[in-house]
Amino acid sequence: MSADPHTLLLDRGNLERRRRVNRAVEAVSIAAAVLAVAVLVIVVGSVFLKGVDALSWHFLTTPTALFGEAGGGISNAIIGSAIIVGIAAAMAIPVGILVAIHTTEFAPPQISHPVRFVLDILNGVPTIITGIFVFGLMVEGDKQSAFAASVALAIVMLPIVARTAQEVLALVPGSLKEAAHALGIARWRMTVRITIPTAAGGLITGSLLAVARVAGETAPIILLSSIVGQGNLTDPGEALASIPYFIFQASESPKPEAHTEAWAAALVLIAFVLALNVVARAFYARSRNRMGA
Amino acid sequence: MDSRNPTESAALTEPNPDPQLNPQTGSAAAGPTISVAGPNARASLRPSRAQGTIELRDLHAYYGRTHAVRGLDLAFAAGKVTAIIGPSGCGKSTMVRCINRMHEEIDGARAEGEVLLDGLDLYDPRIDIVAVRRAVGMVFQKPNPFPTMSIFDNVVSGLRLSGAPRGEIDDRGREALVAAGLWEEVKGRLKGPGVGLSGGQQQRLCIARALAVDPEVLLMDEPCSALDPVATLRIEELIGELKERVTIVIVTHNMQQAARVADTTVFMLDGELVEIGPTEKLFTTPDDERTEQYVTGKFG
Repeated sequence: MSADPHTLLLDRGNLERRRRVNRAVEAVSIAAAVLAVAVLVIVVGSVFLKGVDALSWHFLTTPTALFGEAGGGISNAIIGSAIIVGIAAAMAIPVGILVAIHTTEFAPPQISHPVRFVLDILNGVPTIITGIFVFGLMVEGDKQSAFAASVALAIVMLPIVARTAQEVLALVPGSLKEAAHALGIARWRMTVRITIPTAAGGLITGSLLAVARVAGETAPIILLSSIVGQGNLTDPGEALASIPYFIFQASESPKPEAHTEAWAAALVLIAFVLALNVVARAFYARSRNRMGA
Repeated sequence: MDSRNPTESAALTEPNPDPQLNPQTGSAAAGPTISVAGPNARASLRPSRAQGTIELRDLHAYYGRTHAVRGLDLAFAAGKVTAIIGPSGCGKSTMVRCINRMHEEIDGARAEGEVLLDGLDLYDPRIDIVAVRRAVGMVFQKPNPFPTMSIFDNVVSGLRLSGAPRGEIDDRGREALVAAGLWEEVKGRLKGPGVGLSGGQQQRLCIARALAVDPEVLLMDEPCSALDPVATLRIEELIGELKERVTIVIVTHNMQQAARVADTTVFMLDGELVEIGPTEKLFTTPDDERTEQYVTGKFG
């Protein structure tokens, strides 16, 4: 019985193997995380490097040159994208949040579960299919319009807004709803005055993320708002220019200057999306504080 | 096994002679006897200011198939403090939540039997559930002020969100803060956030919020379990002051607390009533053997 009393606590045999496995798994997961970050850094970095030269005040404030000439800017595309995405958001965000309120606050599980499932499917529908659907509905036999593009983007946004809003509303502590019930506050009033204000940050987050998601959406735009009449800057009844379509068109051009302009436009788009994400995170943090999560 | 004190029970359950309180009379001259949804609901639910007697008749409560409360018959005297004690899971909270019909907010939960407020059955199908909650207020285990509202907005939230006349709101809010013993501490920062207060202050804020709607009965479900001893003492003192204006039913897992604050104590076990009696008697010379074992710490 001369065994060192520490033997049992030493790192050997089973314990040592366990530690090796632990280290290996840790290393693999760190590598995966680094890879994910690296992809983002490489994409953003290369877009920045290739696009920053063409980026200028002139580029942002001048409309695209006529007849595929280089030397123009993307002001019309920025305005067009803002109008298309703005109308889409105005349609999708209120409907999406109302859907979420209905399923989390009012509907019984027999209704809310199927609705959730349908939203998930809708979220998985390829956007080209959404685009073709709206094309058949609004453009075929008529003409392209920015409004049709907005409808398509709204369909893409709707499940994103509704699902994130559902998640956020479900985070509102049950104790607050209990308190409201116990005070004899009617359910709809509680929803409007207590649940929604408490979750407001998260609702804004979800909406901003949905906007960021569709701002770069290209497939429906090509189908629905790509044949742009000269001189139409703001009428959503006609096709409007947009940043994604500008990138698509310029990168197809044989001229190298046009390629640089495509990179610059891509930089503008990616900067917008990143900025929206940062703002969205800030709102989310505020909302989490409120809900004590 | 019914070991309730028969005289006390009889006194508490004496039917109210006022016909206005009795939904069974159906007399036209008696005016509206049962509340329905609408602004008058509250008025008809609270026939007289001095009342606030709660009586349970064969009350059963279920969570799905679980039978949590198994046929309770008991009464809570107006203007008194009644403590409910018993081991975890004995149905104390469930029973209390049946009194303001909060139990049925839980999915799959339901209650059977009668809960009478001054003789009026709160489970009558014609009763508006919102009116029940205004007549029977509740304070929860953890303080739960609304995080988006200021201190004062929290206090008057029940009034404002239930459409009380604008002119009354400020006065009633202030009065509720005074009654909850919080006015002196917060009068300089009424517009500050409610969640910025200490735990004990938050709980008194929640009591003020419940009092502002002027209920007949105040249910307190372990109101001090998340508080430190000093804050707990403050709430216990407050309970003593408040029984002048509301009937108080307090669930507690702390027997000393029951002994300090309650006029009457109820001991429950496995969803059933074991004993109800004056607090001192229940803790010193209980009628039931199980009560004695519980209060002397032999189980629970």
